[in-house]
Amino acid sequence: MIRSFHRWFGLIAAVLLITVALSGIVLSIFPAAEALTRPASQAISVAELAARVQSAEPTVEQIRRSPSGRITAYYFEGDQPASAVIDPATGKPAGSADTSPLQRWMTNFHRSLMLDDTGRLITAVGAAAMLVLSISGLFLLARRAGGWRFFFKPTRGTGKGKLHAVVSRLALPGLLLSSLTALWMTATTFGFLPEGASAPVFPAQVSGQTGVVLSAVPTLETIPMDELRSLSFPAAGDVTDVFTLKTTSGEGYLDQGTGALLGWTDAGWIDSVSHLATMLHTGQGMAWLGLLLGLSALGVPVLGWSGLSVWLAGRRSGKATSVPAGNADTILLVASEGGTTNGFAATLQTALSAQGLRVHVGSMSGFNPTLWPKATRIILLAATYGDGAAPASASGFLRDFKASVAKPGLSLAVLGFGDRSFPAFCGFAAEIARTADENGWSQLLPFDTVDRQSPQDFARWGRNLAQTLGLDFELNHRPVAQKTSQFALISRRDYGADVQALTTILRFALPKTSLWQRLTGQGLPHFEAGDLIGVVPQGSDLSRLYSLASGSRDGFIEICVRKQAGGLCSGQLTALEPGDTMTAFVRPNPAFRPLRGRKPVILIGAGTGIGPLAGFARANQAKQPMHLYFGARHPASDALYAEELSGWKEDGRLASVSMAYSRTATPAYVQDIVRKDAARLGKLIAAGGQVLVCGGREMAAGVAAALADGLAPQGMTLATLKAESRYAEDVY
Amino acid sequence: MKSLLAMLAVTTALTIPGIASASQVTFTTTMRDYGGPGAYLAYYVTDASGKYAGSLWMAGGKAKYYQHLSGWTRATAGNTAEINGITGASVGAGRSLSITLDLADTLFDAGYQLHIDSAVEDMRDAPNEIVVPLTADGVGKPVSGTRYIADFTYAR
Repeated sequence: MIRSFHRWFGLIAAVLLITVALSGIVLSIFPAAEALTRPASQAISVAELAARVQSAEPTVEQIRRSPSGRITAYYFEGDQPASAVIDPATGKPAGSADTSPLQRWMTNFHRSLMLDDTGRLITAVGAAAMLVLSISGLFLLARRAGGWRFFFKPTRGTGKGKLHAVVSRLALPGLLLSSLTALWMTATTFGFLPEGASAPVFPAQVSGQTGVVLSAVPTLETIPMDELRSLSFPAAGDVTDVFTLKTTSGEGYLDQGTGALLGWTDAGWIDSVSHLATMLHTGQGMAWLGLLLGLSALGVPVLGWSGLSVWLAGRRSGKATSVPAGNADTILLVASEGGTTNGFAATLQTALSAQGLRVHVGSMSGFNPTLWPKATRIILLAATYGDGAAPASASGFLRDFKASVAKPGLSLAVLGFGDRSFPAFCGFAAEIARTADENGWSQLLPFDTVDRQSPQDFARWGRNLAQTLGLDFELNHRPVAQKTSQFALISRRDYGADVQALTTILRFALPKTSLWQRLTGQGLPHFEAGDLIGVVPQGSDLSRLYSLASGSRDGFIEICVRKQAGGLCSGQLTALEPGDTMTAFVRPNPAFRPLRGRKPVILIGAGTGIGPLAGFARANQAKQPMHLYFGARHPASDALYAEELSGWKEDGRLASVSMAYSRTATPAYVQDIVRKDAARLGKLIAAGGQVLVCGGREMAAGVAAALADGLAPQGMTLATLKAESRYAEDVY
Repeated sequence: MKSLLAMLAVTTALTIPGIASASQVTFTTTMRDYGGPGAYLAYYVTDASGKYAGSLWMAGGKAKYYQHLSGWTRATAGNTAEINGITGASVGAGRSLSITLDLADTLFDAGYQLHIDSAVEDMRDAPNEIVVPLTADGVGKPVSGTRYIADFTYAR
């Protein structure tokens, strides 16, 4: 609900907001520029200031102090009206008081789009939209982070979605302030606010004398120059006229002969707030704030563009056409947050329809078995948003589902889509599966998950589905058409070939890119160890993801591959000889990498999971304390990176290395040595340490259990570590 | 075009003996190219003793800026009821404003003076920029302003 609200408001208001923001950025520079040239302020009273100005320019009509602290005097040069910025030290003119035409034009454009009152109302609507977007965005950010507690933790995710979140978090305070003050200023301009204190009644009686000595007027002597707003002198030759004084605390009149105070009213709170709002909005008197607001405004075009891209990407993944609900034998319900899950649903629908099934695709919020008389199976594809919440398109589903009764002859499968780096991975989908179990729905397939839109996870689940249905199909999902490159093999190091468990470390050259390609972003993107490489094997469209053991700076691509029995991709990779090439693309995985700093990093892995961990160690030039726990079969067969590990330990890139071998006289798995070292690990983690786990699912589950036991005495849980980005897994 | 005859009688103490005849008077104000946003102009009349007699026109719609028309504010204590129904848009630099009003003939050659206060955002206030006696002789004779108004003429 909040999300679609945010989206539609953003789409409609984007052009207006970007226009206003860009002019606001230009305007933000003026107060700073003025602050650089303004004559220094003086710790003097208004009496002293007025006396100085009057002695320098006897025809002075008015002295004003702008919120920025600039003193301007209006006087005459002969018959000609003149004005100038005054140096309070001398009272003499020290520069032009005229606003530059550019600033005037920009101001006019920024507040009214050169359309006068109509424009003022349009920009006010823009400010209101900005406010609504800021507040709804705030809630979405909190949801994305996994709750308000984690609001200030590093942002997770990739691509434009992450950019949107990062920029909005930085720009939010400025945008909130700008929009709130803009609305207040509009309200004062149009007189929507209650009248402030009115001016005091003009004195009926004056002394009739003229020529008071300003420097000796008690009222003026008590007011510091910094509290002045304006002092108007009486009109020449009009003995009934008076001095009109306006300050931050109120306004009143002074006799021009005696200097007596002839009337005073205090400023109302509305006036004071209006003054403050103007200062905050324009940065006058607070040049640094003006610049800060300008920088925040710079975020508006970025947010508009990234928001639009995220939305378009979600739409492009498409919606499948489907059989009417009443005729369908298979009901496919989708709960998608960004729209990517819809793409998976379309792939599934295409595959099932090709097998002759009559598939109805719908949104999960439309769950209603009474409308599906011919259906025999329901498949629920559920994305999870942030802290395990239901996506907007499935609002109310869980409530309806909990109240539903299992229908005989109708079985159900739940597939969750999520990101393991979030605390409640597939939380929403898991809850659906639990509810289905409790309500007695017959199970079509066990609950399963797809991590980060992994085509492999989806294909694996698809094979199980095909088997259960007694059909023959492959789910070849290509989330987005990836731009692939050719990588030539430089070298390979083989392990365990003699024990029929070939594992190899493959090193590939980076494809050559011209300067032009690099400048236009067509080259290989920057990557680091822990990022993923999607290898597209010959004879399949389906890419397989491997974790990178090297970064761009290493100048090569390195991966660890174990030959799987009958594995198409691993078979081809492990058969490559130097000079041969593979087709692949790089995909960022920023959640899985060491946090920068001096805090300890605990690297835990087994088998080919050593790849990214070795990459982290290799890149650890800063000698951040990294502790490696690594499990292999036997030191003689698959001690991957053994030489490098001892070297890195010597030069300090690794603080410690602990090995577990499962096929020796005293067999141990990596989770066993983690459990044995629980006390030490607990201390490292309590000291702000981070845990990175890479390897098979079972190993990771064992490690997680061992760590959880070790952390309990410290009062910590993996969930909180995960939420703080201090526990991350890369499992397969 | 507004009828100011009734206005003046109702909103001020100004009384016109007998049934006065009225005639159309056109005020034409031409602004200088002062390089700024639209000017606010207040047109008002004082009697022979210098006492405020009534407002004729207010160019500029936002009451919060009226305090900068300090002559008018002093005369009326800033009472916006004085200009109900006789308010128009502010006048841009280099533009001119023509107002045609039905004015009582008794206002002419009786010591009444027309005042124009002007003010522009972020620029100096110019109260009483124009002060001109309403006389039969003065008709059609341009008067120069000091700050924003290039010239002002009234015609019967």
